[in-house]
Amino acid sequence: MTSPQLEIQLIAAIVAIACAIPGVFLVLRKMALISDAISHSILPGIVAGFFITQDLNSPLLILLAAITGVITVILVESIQKTGLVKEDTAIGLVFPALFSIGVILIAKNANDVHLDIDAVLLGELAFAPFDRLIISGMDVGPKSLWLMGSILLITVSLLFLFFKELKVSTFDAGLSSALGISPVIMHYGLMSVSSVTVVGAFDAVGAILVVALMIAPAATAYLLTSDLKRMIALSIGFGIFAAIGGYWVAHLLDASISGSMTTVLGLLFLGVYLFAPQKGLLAVLYRQKQQRTEVSLITFLLHLNNHSEENERHLNHLNEHINWQKVRSKTVVDLALKNNMITIEGQIVSLTAKGNDFTQRALEYILTNKDERIETMKDDFFLFRG
Amino acid sequence: MKTPLAVQVDDLTVAYNYKPVLWDIDLAVPEGVLMAIVGPNGAGKSTLIKAILGIIKPIAGSISIYDKPYEEQRKLVAYVPQKGSVDWDFPTTALDVVMMGTYGSLGWIKRPGQKEKKAALEALEKVGMLSFKNRQISQLSGGQQQRVFLARALVQNAAIYFMDEPFQGVDATTEIAIINILKELRKAGKTLIVVHHDLQTVPEYFDWVTFLNVKKIATGPVKEIFNDDNLTKTYGINYKVAINK
Repeated sequence: MTSPQLEIQLIAAIVAIACAIPGVFLVLRKMALISDAISHSILPGIVAGFFITQDLNSPLLILLAAITGVITVILVESIQKTGLVKEDTAIGLVFPALFSIGVILIAKNANDVHLDIDAVLLGELAFAPFDRLIISGMDVGPKSLWLMGSILLITVSLLFLFFKELKVSTFDAGLSSALGISPVIMHYGLMSVSSVTVVGAFDAVGAILVVALMIAPAATAYLLTSDLKRMIALSIGFGIFAAIGGYWVAHLLDASISGSMTTVLGLLFLGVYLFAPQKGLLAVLYRQKQQRTEVSLITFLLHLNNHSEENERHLNHLNEHINWQKVRSKTVVDLALKNNMITIEGQIVSLTAKGNDFTQRALEYILTNKDERIETMKDDFFLFRG
Repeated sequence: MKTPLAVQVDDLTVAYNYKPVLWDIDLAVPEGVLMAIVGPNGAGKSTLIKAILGIIKPIAGSISIYDKPYEEQRKLVAYVPQKGSVDWDFPTTALDVVMMGTYGSLGWIKRPGQKEKKAALEALEKVGMLSFKNRQISQLSGGQQQRVFLARALVQNAAIYFMDEPFQGVDATTEIAIINILKELRKAGKTLIVVHHDLQTVPEYFDWVTFLNVKKIATGPVKEIFNDDNLTKTYGINYKVAINK
């Protein structure tokens, strides 16, 4: 590995982490789309900043662009507050307007500089190592590494200091406000951090892909955990994985680095969506199948409980009975046998004491919907979970 | 000796988009009462609580908690929002939600420690939810979620409790458990202000009542003012006749 290669991966990873952290809170606040809006509407801020400073990495430019980001949020909210349109419509109105102003500004004034529409939309990580930061004649590394490193440092410090405030204002804005932790301050704080991060990441990955870096890691982590801290940690992990993995995919395919990073993120999400142990598609399908079987089991046990006549308890009759439920009767009988709930003597099925007890408790739960009755059964049976 | 006023509201008007939802409300809640706020849908019951707690800015009027503005008295007040106002799929546990009740007294930046955790565990025990402390909140039943909210208010260790429909969507057992805790709090000298829907249970649960329908209709002891006249004024129909139909 050459040193520019290493630098590119380092920048990519830092960009991914810096995006993943605010992304978690955007996803939890159901504001994923606002990152899309910010990433586009900061363009006029970037262009204006570029005209003034002639430097894409200047702090002034970042400040101007971040202010445009916050203005976007204010505009979206004030349109929404009129009550005439919903939030998604308001977002759809605001960001294309601001973005197009940026596009026109570039086309009119900046044709001959390094600020073209392609770079804006897609970014180019591969060029990042060429733009060096020179301090008193010393080459201390790529400018964007320093820039994103500083942004990440600020983000992490803010997260560390205000974790509790972010959590409560995201979960319950009403309580947060009553406690004196202003949800408005937290909201605009998060929006400012998101805007600054998007501006910083913009040069590397562009306006479209930065959205993926913010939303995809958080959405993937959300499927895997029910703990906020772990969700943040997982998001960071996925971001780093996509950054490094994406770099090497791009290397192998000779393709765009940012495009490959996003593709890796997409595949990661797909994999987790399919295979996540609790919320994954396969797990859900399996659980539904189990629940069908268990409903049949209870129907079957209830039937036994209700009938003492032998002809009603004959296996052939029961086979017919259970087959109504589209579940193989053998599965149900085996499940009942395995759990020692029934005994079979010469084709006649009888409930055991355990089967009887289970039936009573299940019935009570179904009638009263009271959880205490079945607390001990929850581990064995899907039906009684949530 | 006169009982001090826990909450005093003067000339409060709240409007959404210039449409008043609360009009010129005067309200004085004496210390130590268990008060129901009743009124039809859209009467502004939740809005009244939110305005008192500074969550919504009124367009006119003033509010005081023990003779001082709310901002200075935050630590005396606990709040249980409507259960439906939060996303129960939020990645957190019952214990963690209860801990949020301590954030107000902690103030900005400072983190909850062992002391706060202990208080949260005690509150969970009081509402009978200790064994669910590590359960993800989406895995709790509606009644259990409401108990967690109540525990979060208990942990605030306040003098005044505001609760927005704490009996909404809970079964009879939970309802009894909750009302017993509320009555216990009143016995300990706390003031409780509860948005309530079920008129049948008002005389049994509460000792003070406020009738509200955009304007204040009446406020006072249940024994004196919970009558057909006020119910009719508030709901616009003869309440008892309507029920018997």
